[in-house]
Amino acid sequence: MLYREAGDFSTTYPQDSQTFPIRFDRYRYYVVLFIAIVVVPFMINDYWVNSLFMPFLIYAIAAIGLNILTGYCGQVSLGTGGFMAVGAYACYKLMTGFPEVSMFIHVLLSGLITAAVGVLFGLPSLRIKGFYLAVATLAAQFFLVWMFNRVSWFYNYSASGQINAPERDTFGILITGPSTEAWATYMFCLIFTIFSAVVARNLTRGSLGRQWMAIRDMDIAAEIIGVNPLKAKLTAFAVSSFFVGISGALFFAVYLGAVEVGEVFGITKSFIVLFMIIIGGLGSIFGSFAGAAFIVMLPVVLKIVGVDWLGWPTDIVAHLNLVIVGLLIVIFLIAEPHGLAQLWRVAKEKLRLWPFPH
Amino acid sequence: MKMKLATWATAALMAASPVMADLVMPSLSYRTGPYAVGGIPLADGYADYFTLLNERDGGIGGVPVRVLECETAYNTEKGVECYESTKAEGSLVYQPFSTGITYQLIPKVTADGIALHTMGYGRTSAANGKVFSNVFNYPTNYWDAASVAVNYLLDENGGDLSGHKIALVYHNSAYGKEPIRTLEGLAEKHGFELSLIPVDHPGQEQKSQWLQIRRDKPDTVLMWGWGVMNQVAVQEAANIRFPMENFIGAWWSGAEADVIPAGAAANGYKALTMNGVGRDYPIYDDIQKYVVDAGKAAGAGDQIGTVLYNRTIYAAFLAHMAILKAQEIHGVADITQAMMIDGMENLEITDEMMAEYGMPNFGPAFSVSCENHGGPGVGAVTQWDAAAGEWKQITDFAPSDKEIINPLIEEDSMAFASENNIDLRCN
Repeated sequence: MLYREAGDFSTTYPQDSQTFPIRFDRYRYYVVLFIAIVVVPFMINDYWVNSLFMPFLIYAIAAIGLNILTGYCGQVSLGTGGFMAVGAYACYKLMTGFPEVSMFIHVLLSGLITAAVGVLFGLPSLRIKGFYLAVATLAAQFFLVWMFNRVSWFYNYSASGQINAPERDTFGILITGPSTEAWATYMFCLIFTIFSAVVARNLTRGSLGRQWMAIRDMDIAAEIIGVNPLKAKLTAFAVSSFFVGISGALFFAVYLGAVEVGEVFGITKSFIVLFMIIIGGLGSIFGSFAGAAFIVMLPVVLKIVGVDWLGWPTDIVAHLNLVIVGLLIVIFLIAEPHGLAQLWRVAKEKLRLWPFPH
Repeated sequence: MKMKLATWATAALMAASPVMADLVMPSLSYRTGPYAVGGIPLADGYADYFTLLNERDGGIGGVPVRVLECETAYNTEKGVECYESTKAEGSLVYQPFSTGITYQLIPKVTADGIALHTMGYGRTSAANGKVFSNVFNYPTNYWDAASVAVNYLLDENGGDLSGHKIALVYHNSAYGKEPIRTLEGLAEKHGFELSLIPVDHPGQEQKSQWLQIRRDKPDTVLMWGWGVMNQVAVQEAANIRFPMENFIGAWWSGAEADVIPAGAAANGYKALTMNGVGRDYPIYDDIQKYVVDAGKAAGAGDQIGTVLYNRTIYAAFLAHMAILKAQEIHGVADITQAMMIDGMENLEITDEMMAEYGMPNFGPAFSVSCENHGGPGVGAVTQWDAAAGEWKQITDFAPSDKEIINPLIEEDSMAFASENNIDLRCN
């Protein structure tokens, strides 16, 4: 009923090929954008930003990045944490080297630097695939973290080996450091999230995305019909790492402010982002958002319900979180490999026919 | 609409507790993850001390204490989440017991005007109160620990360490890297040879590190470890038959849980401490009576009197004293976050106070000032007696080499001040 296409005619090609062809969907999208841009910034405080919105937005970018590589191009990567670290350290070096430059430029450049590193580590994907590629990216993960720990140039020779984000602004508004306003950091991350989602969505709908999906579905067949595997795989690594690098830069500079590479960008980070796209849905931009929202919100919701309302011990609730995430991953892998995004798709189909299923 | 969301937020936070005057003490604990072995006794001690005050004295100055426990799993992201979710409730002082979280919180507490107390961990140069207005690390810090350990070795070796080989096994993080600068300075001063052996988080795999130690044969091994890394290191040291009496851990590497898994082989292992060990203090009678027997002990209640439990009893005691001081200065019982900072900055701990609260000689007597947030910087050495199953304090609280440490603190804090455009206080 809600999703009736009746009366929703496309009269031009651009109309026919737009992202949200159903009018209701399109309006919903505008409403979400409106709320996110115009309403939320006036209502949030430090708690909402730091506990929910910022991690959600930043993880969503990382999930989009990994989804391009794993979900669209079929190249399994366990190096997300390492690539996020590249973004973070690139951003740190840029921030300290060029303090007068706007943060927007720093974050974008960090993304580009990560893209270059990603291509470098993507080279083995031309020869190996599947589990072996996962192991190769795992090596990238450990190598990058080891390097950032080992080479003191990356952390400007500080005694603690940590990197700390100094105060930086864009258009005179503070973006990093402790005295930022909640709305400013939120908007900064939101702009990057919207930008990433729009770019990723359109890339995956275009010829590049089709090449990725052809490689994913069957690389030999793709090669026979004229897809260049070198180009397709390396662009997937580049675009994926670009987004992951942006998220790493934001994670360090805007969200945490101080980072210790082994702890923040360790192998667990790679797994968390991978869980997000498994639960959210492989090969879906919406799935990246759903997965990020789920993984970020679950511990917070559990904490509010379990600890604050029911008064359970904090360790029980923390363990419960692990149990639930683990269980859901198993369930999703068995029952719904396409994740929350597929559930949403099925729900939409049902709503389209409701209340007349036949 | 703005009103409404704010109301929800507070409603969610306040749902658990009735609205009344209380002193909120956040406890960023970690009862899960690879560091839980240290986190559980720390969290239990902190909670039990305030339970004792509520049960025995009706709180502090008549105002009950509310401990807000929040699980961080020693993870900086969760630490930030915990900080944000508890700060609005009037949290008086944060004690995260994690150097990583401390680094996150230093700029945040300074912007929000809340006190941060990092006892023997965190950023050592926070001892310089001229730069760090809200951060305290009395009574002692890592650099003091490194120096106390070297002083102890000097005593053992007749005052001469030239040609002595010291290996530092450390957690490859901000925490583990803290003592390196001091040790390098001391190596230059005393002529010993220092080798650095990092162990990556979480430290369950140390075969190659101990192989290196077996090959290099250092005279002494120092360890800056935490969590599961400690017991693995002690076990590995036992495996290569490294003489335990030449193996000295920092004060975060010297708890019961670190040595018990290695059994008799761990006998003689040494560790630094900043507080008394064992439960031979009058306060434990009160804890038994008002907390344990009343069924109000935190966690499983099996940690009482262990090294790390004692450490947070001490931490909570120092917070208790700072609250009393703040109440005295401002003449109000229900103090605010700003008043708490005044209380900590004017804190004075005497031997009489420690005796009065049932902890005679539990820690050193010291006073805090606007310039000095670091306290006296003393430490003692303890040794594990595997047969008796207890830690024994084998030296008195001894001072560190301030000649090396003070210039380092000055240098590091001034670098921080110029990086962050901080104006010096206390002029």
